[in-house]
Amino acid sequence: MQHVWIVLGVLFVLLNVAAGLIWVERRMLAMWQDRLGPNRAGPLGLLIVLADTLKLFFKEDWIPSFADKKIFVIAPAIVVASVLMSFVVIPFAPGIVVADLNIGVLFFLAMSSLGVYSIVLGGWASNNKYSLLGAMRGASQMIAYEVFMGLSLMGVVMMTGSFRLTDIVEAQRSVWFCFTQPLGLILFFIAGIAETHRLPFDIPESESELIAGFHSEYSGMKFGMFFIGEYLGVTLISAMTVTMFFGGWMGPEFLPGWAWFFIKTFAFILFFILLRASLPRPRYDQLMESGWKVLLPLVLVNILVTGAVLLYLKG
Amino acid sequence: MQLLNILLDIAKTDSAEGYFPIGLQLLFAAGFVATMMVATHLLGPKRKTADKLENFASGIPTHGDARTPMAIKYFLVAILFVLFDVEVIFFYPYAVNFRELGWTGFWEVLLFVGFFLVGFIYIIKKGALKWED
Amino acid sequence: MGTTQILFWFLTALALLGAIMVLVSKNPVHSVLWLIVVFFAISGHYILLNAQFLAIVNLIVYAGAIMVLFLFVIMLMNLNAETEPQKSIWMKFFGVATGGLLLSFFISFIVSSIDLKNKTAQLKEGDVGLIKNLGKVLFSDYVIPFEIASILFLSAMVGAVVIGKKD
Repeated sequence: MQHVWIVLGVLFVLLNVAAGLIWVERRMLAMWQDRLGPNRAGPLGLLIVLADTLKLFFKEDWIPSFADKKIFVIAPAIVVASVLMSFVVIPFAPGIVVADLNIGVLFFLAMSSLGVYSIVLGGWASNNKYSLLGAMRGASQMIAYEVFMGLSLMGVVMMTGSFRLTDIVEAQRSVWFCFTQPLGLILFFIAGIAETHRLPFDIPESESELIAGFHSEYSGMKFGMFFIGEYLGVTLISAMTVTMFFGGWMGPEFLPGWAWFFIKTFAFILFFILLRASLPRPRYDQLMESGWKVLLPLVLVNILVTGAVLLYLKG
Repeated sequence: MQLLNILLDIAKTDSAEGYFPIGLQLLFAAGFVATMMVATHLLGPKRKTADKLENFASGIPTHGDARTPMAIKYFLVAILFVLFDVEVIFFYPYAVNFRELGWTGFWEVLLFVGFFLVGFIYIIKKGALKWED
Repeated sequence: MGTTQILFWFLTALALLGAIMVLVSKNPVHSVLWLIVVFFAISGHYILLNAQFLAIVNLIVYAGAIMVLFLFVIMLMNLNAETEPQKSIWMKFFGVATGGLLLSFFISFIVSSIDLKNKTAQLKEGDVGLIKNLGKVLFSDYVIPFEIASILFLSAMVGAVVIGKKD
């Protein structure tokens, strides 16, 4: 029965983290922008999470008459399900991992590549010009950055010699990969922001140009699903960065492994929010061209240099 | 029940049985999503007004639905993505094996990357990745 | 019936259902979604055979990349239920007949094949399909096909640019 408990525990923690991020993000944005943020409901405004969720449930769950109804319903389901599936391979602490696959990194890449469908299908099914524009732009952004997302992790895999995430964490016992693979870390994080389409790369939404883009026709908890999916995606990329580059659950002895993992992951979630508070959105053509022409060659250079140096050191 | 317990206590993951918990997670995740969707459908009010029959455009007059052809640019990006994605796949088996393969493997991959770069430079020279014509 | 058999039949049924729905769906976007279901079922089959790398590559390349391309093409051409040309009943009939003939030909060919006689698929174990072993074979015995594949990619890139670019 151990597996059932791990699965349930992981899902419970993740969904609560995603809900809690509603409050964290708004408070942090407010703090960095010299505002107060939500502070009325409950202590420190924490009950805003509950209020928001209930509000979404009691909004009209409206499917437009001009929309493709089946796909309109499937699209928000895909985003949450695919992100939740990606968490299968992430080791939260020694022994706490849903499935410790020997192709863990690839499983993460496969599942995160499915996220494209939620955007394309959501935007297409809405049958709204703005939604379709947002969907097409968002999808081509995500696929462009997906190409080098996998490659940016290959440096780490080469140093470990394994795709299994627990092996990768164990390999960082002496030195974290953020010191030996700095370029890989930066490239992976940029790709991660583009994959989760967060600011500054929120091309599919871009509310000032496309009135919320691919989900402007959504309401109620269907919209809420995109919302949860976004927060889960932020958590996923943070957790993955910590696992691959910042030693996962490793840390000084006075705290247990899972605590270190959560502290590090939370630091990256805060970094995501800080980016949103501080950076403007690039133009679409700038985003695409920098992805293909700058980042892709850089990631290839990173792999080749890593390989050459490691082979040279081996003699 | 015994069968279930045997399946649940498998820790060996190089065999296909290690994938069992993934099925479990898929089941629970799908269950969660379905519950949310059904709950919001049942709880929310239903009001039908004429305004809702039009596409939302932030208040300005709507310009009709979105069943129009898209720019060919997106197709070009997608097909190049498929090509690059398949090329990237070849790096995965190399990355786990490259210590055993040594310098021979490295030269092989360098040749592969060389061909890759030729194609890449061709694409850039042709302006296929330039967004503005 | 063991768990493996149950899973096998379930995945087979899912794959066949998905494949039939691909053909039956009136809307091309629905067809693409059903095709994704088929690929997931096939990946499940690969996992049952313990061909893990193949299973995940099937998901990354087919479900994650090629199907996105299909969706883009469908949106590009604006194919939907109203504009799709209606085929006559005779066309459908001949389609089914030729498809059925091809299927029976394949089945009889596989059943009578000498290479496959008295052999069963290796279920659950056998580690040929693990990424490490696959990579060793690919980069030692199959280096030349690997390099030729990269030339193939080069020609595919040229083709894509020639088709997609005006000049």
